[in-house]
Amino acid sequence: MSREAAFNAALAILLLAVPLAAYALDEPFYVALATRIAILALAAAGLNLALGLGGLVSFGHAAFFGVGGYVAGILAVHAFNAEPLFGLLPASDQMPVVWLVAALLCAAVALPIGAISLRTSGVYFIMITLAFAQMIYYFAISWPAYGGEDGLSITVRNAFPGLSTANPAGFFVVCYVLLMAVLALIWRIANSRFGLALQAARQNEKRVAAVGIRPFRVRLAAFVISAVITGVAGALYADLNRFVSPSMMSWHMSGELIVLVILGGTGRLFGPVAGAILYVLLEFALGGVTERWQLFLGFILLGVVLFARGGIVGLVAGKVRHG
Amino acid sequence: MAEPVLDIRDLYKSFGGLKATDGVSLDLRPGEIHALIGPNGAGKTTLIHQISGALRPNAGSIRFLGQDVTGLDVAARARLGLGRTFQISSLAMDFSALRNVMLAVQGRQGASFRFFRNVMSDATLTEPAMAALGRVGLAGRAAVPASELSHGERRQLEIAIALALGSKALLLDEPMAGMGQEGSRALTGLLDALRAETPILLVEHDMDAVFALADRISVLVYGRIVASGTVAEIRGNPDVRSAYLGERA
Repeated sequence: MSREAAFNAALAILLLAVPLAAYALDEPFYVALATRIAILALAAAGLNLALGLGGLVSFGHAAFFGVGGYVAGILAVHAFNAEPLFGLLPASDQMPVVWLVAALLCAAVALPIGAISLRTSGVYFIMITLAFAQMIYYFAISWPAYGGEDGLSITVRNAFPGLSTANPAGFFVVCYVLLMAVLALIWRIANSRFGLALQAARQNEKRVAAVGIRPFRVRLAAFVISAVITGVAGALYADLNRFVSPSMMSWHMSGELIVLVILGGTGRLFGPVAGAILYVLLEFALGGVTERWQLFLGFILLGVVLFARGGIVGLVAGKVRHG
Repeated sequence: MAEPVLDIRDLYKSFGGLKATDGVSLDLRPGEIHALIGPNGAGKTTLIHQISGALRPNAGSIRFLGQDVTGLDVAARARLGLGRTFQISSLAMDFSALRNVMLAVQGRQGASFRFFRNVMSDATLTEPAMAALGRVGLAGRAAVPASELSHGERRQLEIAIALALGSKALLLDEPMAGMGQEGSRALTGLLDALRAETPILLVEHDMDAVFALADRISVLVYGRIVASGTVAEIRGNPDVRSAYLGERA
């Protein structure tokens, strides 16, 4: 087993064992903390597919995170009040349905955004994805039906068949299993033909075109898959907090996702997990001491960018080797 | 005379007031190496870009295998079998030599939207890629990242990529550039053996290589072909000597 695989396995075991132990010791707060880590890791894993493998620095992924969040919130509220959606469709409070709707809606939103944004590159791509996200953010603020600026409260967390999601450990396990399943999927994608073309396009766009593959289509598909993953994470995040508001879509959130990816190790499978663990633990440890805890996060980020380009996973396992 | 593989007619391209390509016609026939020489700034790379599809000419036509490709982009021309190497090596530097060639095999097969199967266990990718590496003498370096290959090895790798694409014609832009004598000699031998299966349009400054390899030579000066002929004809042409050496007679 390579060092990276060993480190990944250690992270996966730690992220499962610690909250279950905390639950057994009747410390639900730590279970909620681990759930937050798993969900943020899932959101960042989505971004990592576009940013890490594809080199597409999206500064607008909070939009998909928020769209997923609103899908969870709106469906939960309609299901709770037994009101049909748009006066027609019955709402469902079952998570698999919520995730499917969030995934489809995020794909539908990401497709045109990607198709337009991917005509640019570099700093223009960053700015145009930000602009699209801000448009969706302001739309959410000015849409009074679902709370507008005040956000939307979820009275009862959406349900998962055969489990109690009201139980913190039950909800954690749902999030954890989904995270692992998505990471497995991303691993398959990274090593597939599609992954080969995507990673080659990041390294050398001209080379990819010269062998007869259009980088645009490959990147667009990656952008949409990436948005779908981040959107499903958003649905879980709304269920975790039992609250969704436009701030989930703000550019701070987009930045936070990028920070998670860079901290953990850009393009590394478990980078987002490592990044989310460090981020949430810092927030928890330093947030109790000072409100300005992000100052210290800034120092750490600076250190990573200057001295440890591969992030945490890079520090532990060294450079990426493609066989 | 055999039908030309590549047939360029009356190509014009200007950038502002500069006529980079000024009425160029040339062709490439099966089994030959056609060398394109000329002083720096003569417009050789601009011409190669138009043939590969990276630049659109202002006027003129490019036919490849009997089909008009003037309106097609780089990827479409590559799929038809028009392979090229770059003046500066253009590889996926983090990838191993093998993965670089596998990408080309994949491009040729036209199946990039497969999301699950591991490429390293896909013999339809790895076998043709290893075969192409073997032909350029890089089989022993298959697992080495492109960033760790020597300059000469990167050139060999570029040619392996072009071979893996099943190219029916190759555009080689200064393949000898920056190579030592040893490397140039090895590459000259490789190209010599290749011409039988893939005709080559060769842009090159290394005159030893050009005279050793070329069946025909065309001389490009200020965007125009000033002479075209066999090695002996070009060597004996006084206009070419003065133009190429930059002497104004």
